[in-house]
Amino acid sequence: MIQIAGLRKSFGGKPVLAGVDLGVERGESLCVIGQSGTGKSVLLKCILGLTAPDAGRILWRGRPLDAASRPDFMSGFGMLFQGAALFDSLTVWQNVAFRLRQRMPDPQARAIAVEKLARVGLGPDTADLMPAELSGGMAKRAGLARAIADDPQVIFFDEPTTGLDPIRARRINGLIRGIVTETGATAITITHDMDSVRAIGDRVALLQDGQIAWDGPVSRMDHAQPLAGFLGNTPLL
Amino acid sequence: MNPVRLTGRAALSLTRGIGAVALFAGRGLFRLRPFYGRAFAGQLVQIGWLSLPVVGLTALFTGAALALQIHSGGARFQASDVVPAIVAIGMARELGPVLGGLMVAARVASSIAAEIGTMKVTEQIDALVTLSTDPMRWLVTPRLWAAVVTVPVLVGVGDIIGILGGWMVGTQSLGFNSAAYLENTKAYLETWDVMSGLLKGAVFGLIVAVCGCWFGIHSGRGAAGVGRATKSAVVAAAVGILAANFVLTGLFFE
Ligand SMILES: Nc1ncnc2c1ncn2[C@@H]1O[C@H](COP(=O)(O)OP(=O)(O)O)[C@@H](O)[C@H]1O
Ligand SMILES: [Mg+2]
Repeated sequence: MIQIAGLRKSFGGKPVLAGVDLGVERGESLCVIGQSGTGKSVLLKCILGLTAPDAGRILWRGRPLDAASRPDFMSGFGMLFQGAALFDSLTVWQNVAFRLRQRMPDPQARAIAVEKLARVGLGPDTADLMPAELSGGMAKRAGLARAIADDPQVIFFDEPTTGLDPIRARRINGLIRGIVTETGATAITITHDMDSVRAIGDRVALLQDGQIAWDGPVSRMDHAQPLAGFLGNTPLL
Repeated sequence: MNPVRLTGRAALSLTRGIGAVALFAGRGLFRLRPFYGRAFAGQLVQIGWLSLPVVGLTALFTGAALALQIHSGGARFQASDVVPAIVAIGMARELGPVLGGLMVAARVASSIAAEIGTMKVTEQIDALVTLSTDPMRWLVTPRLWAAVVTVPVLVGVGDIIGILGGWMVGTQSLGFNSAAYLENTKAYLETWDVMSGLLKGAVFGLIVAVCGCWFGIHSGRGAAGVGRATKSAVVAAAVGILAANFVLTGLFFE
């Protein structure tokens, strides 16, 4: 579905991505893990076209992801941001229905938004709240509802559990797993939470020193030496 | 490093900066499809309507003070009768647009930069892109056009209020006859005096909105980054207005 080859990006002479090779198949759920500051968000921004890579290729369905093909890619794309990134000036339902409102009348868009809010466990009474009135966990759910509002084929999750307590984190992981399974969407999750990886992922890739240091099925990660630090077998600090 | 090279480098980076901002303004103004009408209407209210009180008060006190100054200064060469004409010409050509523009810079450049800067650091701008929406068209274009349209209106209203301020002082404490004051104002004020001020207003509005949007979109990380962006937007807008005023005055009246 998405193939990344030889992706490089430096900031001010400091290499952050130093030849990343990574692919994800249709319907697969890939988790990318790595310590903070290793360039996970930069990798994501390169795929989104928010940052121009120095070198390398990104293919989507076998075609280069460039200015011509990106609108098509984006139209089937959803993303949950680390801080939810809800638009402050719009109500919750207007956030969720942001894309829908561009092509259908408001009542219809609102009905779909309320349905998606229910899917992530938020009642219809939240629809008319402003994002500032939501708690962190609720904002994350609303962000998730916005990501899936237009039935995307590809969904990105950036650190979905960061900043949540363990109970809320487990609920969000469960929600994401459920959504990924029932929609059959291709998912890429960026995280450093191994519980998320176990709950969400089919496959896991470790980003280290600007390259993919390990890549394999979640079922095999317990025996992977490069992942030892993440699994808690050796102390991290 | 030697001073020549330093000066050269500063001049180069300044030129490059101005070029980049001009390009940004051009893209913001002319990427009109799709045009987000709801956002534009909201900005008309934010930038225009809500700036009325501060611009009105500024004009009122400026017109009043101007009348006092011209009356006492004019007395030195027996020309106190020119108060109505000079108040009107001074407000319309210069003080209305400049002071109005500076007040709008303080109120609007700061709030635009803070809002867009916060959207930047909380990834809302990235979120727009993932929702197939161009931040330029959604955020920048409505603000630029709203400022270009509303600031001349604010200047026009400010002109009227400023002239009224002069009239109040003139009739209440300087001994002018009310009808004669207004008659004198009408006799000496030319259309171009007012039009040139409104044109300045449009340019100043553009400067304010461009500065707010530019510094907001290029805001650094975190709350400190947004704070710096806000400060830079106000300073750049204020200096930009004063510099543009000098250039426009030269163009219009020399
Ligand atoms: N726009 C940028 N300009 C300069 N440096 C950046 C920029 N974006 C990211 N970096 C640097 O790249 C590195 C990786 O950042 P990031 O991808 O955000 O890490 P993470 O893996 O925690 O998401 C960091 O050292 C960061 O300082
Ligand atoms: Mg990150």
